[in-house]
Amino acid sequence: MEIKKTSLNNLHKDNQAKFVEFAGYEMPIQYSKGIIEEHKFTRLHSGIFDVSHMGQLFIYGDESLTEELEKIFPLDLKNLKQNSSKYSFLMNEDAGIYDDLIITKIEDGYLIILNAACKDKDFEILSNLLGIKFKMNLDNNRSLIAIQGPKSVEILNSIIDGVDQLHFMSGNWFDFNNQKLFVTRSGYTGEDGFEVSISNDIAEKFTQNLIEKGAQLIGLGARDTLRLEAGLCLYGHELDINKTPIEANLKWAISKSRLSNGGFIGSEKIMNQIQDGANQVRVGIKPEGRLIAREKTKIFSDTDSQIGEITSGTFGPSVNGPIAMGYVDKEFSKVDTKILLEVRGKKYPANICALPFYKKNYVKGVN
Amino acid sequence: MSEVKFSKEHEWITLEGDVATIGITKHATEMLGDIVFAELPEKGSNVEKDGTAGVVESTKAASDVYTPISGEVVDTNQAIVDDPSKINEDPEGSAWFFKLKMKDQSEMDSLMNKEEYDKFAKESSS
Repeated sequence: MEIKKTSLNNLHKDNQAKFVEFAGYEMPIQYSKGIIEEHKFTRLHSGIFDVSHMGQLFIYGDESLTEELEKIFPLDLKNLKQNSSKYSFLMNEDAGIYDDLIITKIEDGYLIILNAACKDKDFEILSNLLGIKFKMNLDNNRSLIAIQGPKSVEILNSIIDGVDQLHFMSGNWFDFNNQKLFVTRSGYTGEDGFEVSISNDIAEKFTQNLIEKGAQLIGLGARDTLRLEAGLCLYGHELDINKTPIEANLKWAISKSRLSNGGFIGSEKIMNQIQDGANQVRVGIKPEGRLIAREKTKIFSDTDSQIGEITSGTFGPSVNGPIAMGYVDKEFSKVDTKILLEVRGKKYPANICALPFYKKNYVKGVN
Repeated sequence: MSEVKFSKEHEWITLEGDVATIGITKHATEMLGDIVFAELPEKGSNVEKDGTAGVVESTKAASDVYTPISGEVVDTNQAIVDDPSKINEDPEGSAWFFKLKMKDQSEMDSLMNKEEYDKFAKESSS
């Protein structure tokens, strides 16, 4: 199958991107300055991320759609305000996670942002669950551009007046070049920022404008170090079909009212796990010294029995040290528990630690 | 000091008497990206030509460091372990990795000179 390209592909090339294949797309892993510089620039200034490979699924319908979606997602969608967003997951009956996603209530339905590698399967699953009653569009004509970091609000507001009024996890339609953009105040870096859904034909021009105002393109490499420092899960690493939201320590994302009554796919398993506890849970891990423990590194207790595995591990440029997340048996999940990591055949000391590794700078607002 | 020689695994080597200084090339650091971890062989240990003699990790991945010749490790560069970013800054100078007491002078014969290595590096990265 031919590799897919986003509408910013030429712009990436012009900015000396190094490309990798990601979920069937040719995506920039980094530009000329490298991952650490790009990471730090985002934390201090404003980084632009092409996330157009992610799915933008529009589902149109009235209250009956809300009722149907509540049978699928563990959210109180009836009380979700228009233009407000929630982080959630698509699950199977055993509460295994097909995908994690952001769902926003829009005027005539919902917009769901899906992971690139999962979007086609998600579409199929949701089509089967919802039937033909509602119009669904996995929109390939729109790009998705994230702008993240403390200067992003000033930069984006100088191009699209009014985005500074958006609260965290909410969005609205704005005009750019006589076309409609949907802008949400959200992101996946631990910084204040925005995600802009924009027609493919003007995406490059819009991004050029951001660059002219002082923002810089940032690759997937820094996106990964930024989200890991922020303690955020990445599908295929922390999350997959064999993990539940309770095991992933994402209970906060399930609406409280839905926890008492259930009635969504996977609710039985989730309620059981809340009552009895999960066997393994997601934790933050800090290796001692400079050792980097990458995905699949085995975790041992201080008495040398295997208790889990790393799911993501790298060097955190803002933390200035190695960081990781992984799953361990519940009795070893307390902060400050001493553990051992097996790297290249030797065991090295590490500690369970609180998440996030790097404190968030989100702008607070109404939920 | 002798002419700098290069290996296909992207190490450089210089000789002073029978002591060789070994590091990784600028081209290697450019391929690796930001280096954030370095592990060196133990002083006093013996390493074999083309065997592993350390590890470097970038933000992206871990890579073995090989030794282009056999010998006994007589010194290691603790400064790059303490601050691995030095490897990106001065890979073919102050950020050397280890020094070996050479066993067999003839092992140097198969290594490339600068011109040959530059050509090899260009071809292998394109």
